[in-house]
Amino acid sequence: MALPELKQTTTEARLASVTLPEGGCLEPARRAALSRVQGMGLPDRRDEYWKYTRPDTLISVDVTKAAVFETDETPAFSEFDRLQIVFVDGVFDAEASDDLSLEGVSIERLADVQGKDIHWVKDLYGVLEARGQTPVERPLAAFNTAFATDGVVIHVTGTPSKPINLTYRHANDSSDAILHHVIKVDSGAEATILENGPAAARFNKVMEIDIADKGTLHLLRAQGRDHERRAATHLFAHLGEESAFKSFTLTVNGVLTRNEAVVEFTGDNAMAHVAGACVGDGDFHHDDTVFITHDAVNCESRQVFKKVLRNGATGVFQGKILVKEGAQKTDGYQISQSLLLDDDSQFLAKPELEIYADDVACSHGSTSGAIDEDGLFYLRSRGVPIGEATDLMTLAFLAEAVEEIDDSEIAASINDRLYGWLARRR
Amino acid sequence: MLEIKNLHVKLEDEDKQILKGVNLTVEAGKVHAIMGPNGSGKSTLSYVLSGKDGYEVTEGSATLGGEELLELEPEERAALGIFLAFQYPVEIPGVGNMTFLRTAVNSQRKARGEEELSASDFLKVVREKAKTLKIDAEMLKRPVNVGFSGGEKKRNEILQMAMLEPKMCILDETDSGLDVDAMKLVADGVNALRDEGRGFLVITHYQRLLDHIKPDVVHIMANGRIIKTGGPELALEVEHNGYADILTEVA
Repeated sequence: MALPELKQTTTEARLASVTLPEGGCLEPARRAALSRVQGMGLPDRRDEYWKYTRPDTLISVDVTKAAVFETDETPAFSEFDRLQIVFVDGVFDAEASDDLSLEGVSIERLADVQGKDIHWVKDLYGVLEARGQTPVERPLAAFNTAFATDGVVIHVTGTPSKPINLTYRHANDSSDAILHHVIKVDSGAEATILENGPAAARFNKVMEIDIADKGTLHLLRAQGRDHERRAATHLFAHLGEESAFKSFTLTVNGVLTRNEAVVEFTGDNAMAHVAGACVGDGDFHHDDTVFITHDAVNCESRQVFKKVLRNGATGVFQGKILVKEGAQKTDGYQISQSLLLDDDSQFLAKPELEIYADDVACSHGSTSGAIDEDGLFYLRSRGVPIGEATDLMTLAFLAEAVEEIDDSEIAASINDRLYGWLARRR
Repeated sequence: MLEIKNLHVKLEDEDKQILKGVNLTVEAGKVHAIMGPNGSGKSTLSYVLSGKDGYEVTEGSATLGGEELLELEPEERAALGIFLAFQYPVEIPGVGNMTFLRTAVNSQRKARGEEELSASDFLKVVREKAKTLKIDAEMLKRPVNVGFSGGEKKRNEILQMAMLEPKMCILDETDSGLDVDAMKLVADGVNALRDEGRGFLVITHYQRLLDHIKPDVVHIMANGRIIKTGGPELALEVEHNGYADILTEVA
């Protein structure tokens, strides 16, 4: 079917502005992704899936400039022993990065891999993204597969002694970064991946994650404080039997963020937790779009999203649990809540359940509310001034999402960071 | 110490008068108890003194050590020395009990122009006071009141009181939901704080708390007023005969 004329025009214009990297083992996947984009067209505001978030600036030929945020704050996760991999405006920076060798894991740069004729990554690159295109189209992810210029491929074979930290630095006010990472976790292996920083003026990122039976992956993100940056990220996770995937994303600032998470259970007795906390002030639009497919028995999924919004900030949540026929004993939980600190801010939520099995427990809830007055009075009656009391109650609101982080030191670090940000805005 | 004169209070949102002329003076070093049937205005009095939203003072005044309270924000009243032990202490997830206590203590010290307590000094004091209330290190680490039992919550209130060293302590039905042992522990905590410079206002339905925290003066409140004042024997009278006799007597 032909695309609507406007969509056809904008898609063609955008495709004409980028070059598909040629040669090597990834070219077929890139070409297939390109034809997916041509078939779907890039998103526009008439698309149901983009009803609450305007994609214009994410697909335009020119990048809307974003000033680089100057701060003396130490970047997230700095205090932890980690293997750091640095990208500046979407380009791998070897000098700023650590040596990529670490026991229990092999790490390679995507740009190095794609020149090779044979590599394990060709069986995953663009494959999980393509699977994630049904039943809902995600054209920005296919666009990423076709045109990604850099990224890392990580093969977790054991239990690395420290987390792998992808750090994204933003240095140029009109940079346009397209990164694509592939993570493969072997059976019984376990790793933690940290991501931090704003990446670029405009950032399109895809992470494909394949977790084999009994594998575990922790993913923790802090999306950087640059006020004007825009980001569209996708993660596609494919979970084997008795595997576990736990992700937490912290977002403070950024005019536009769309984080999509697509999780598919194909092996029994697995679990996936996808959580996020965001704090937005003023010109801030934050969209969490989650799609979890249960296609196996006795799997547990949790979605926990909390948004603090003020001065006209907007929060969006589109979360779906799809339980396929035969996916018995599914335990699906979904909660999305916003704390609206004034009347100008808004939260738009679309929770969805679609269930084709009869022995499942699925629940979802969504609320918008003001700060808890009883808690606020309790703190003030102990002498805590109203500004600080409001911040503490804000942390209390975010707690359920932050508690999704298994590592108590990282959770405490995220909490301290949040409290510091809140205090500075008081 | 605390002086309440002709206090009239209505609900902010509806035309309902709750307090209709309360007069009460609590001297330093004394324990006053207020008893009274449900809906008499006891809890409202405690909220109005500590500054909770939702009430409108239509007449009268309340002062602490000569300073007018009713115009002040709750945190300013706290710094001045008002402390309310809540009937239902609020749970605050994500905020550690210890962080909360230190924030409260140091906020008050700052407001009074005193030096803030260092982390190590604070820790020393809090550990010692927690021990006498049988509050362990685990409870201090946990988020404020989250997952605490009824007794633990009330002990945590008394710990806050001990740390903040207020001039005027108001206890709003601190005995509710406590078994005998827990009540004794809480009462011991309160008694340890009794001294010359501090006043107490103990709000309760029952005489039994007053067996452990012996009051100097007992007031009976009904329909927004204090209708009778006497010694500890008045509480015993209520325990035996209920409020009906007193209510008819003053009618």
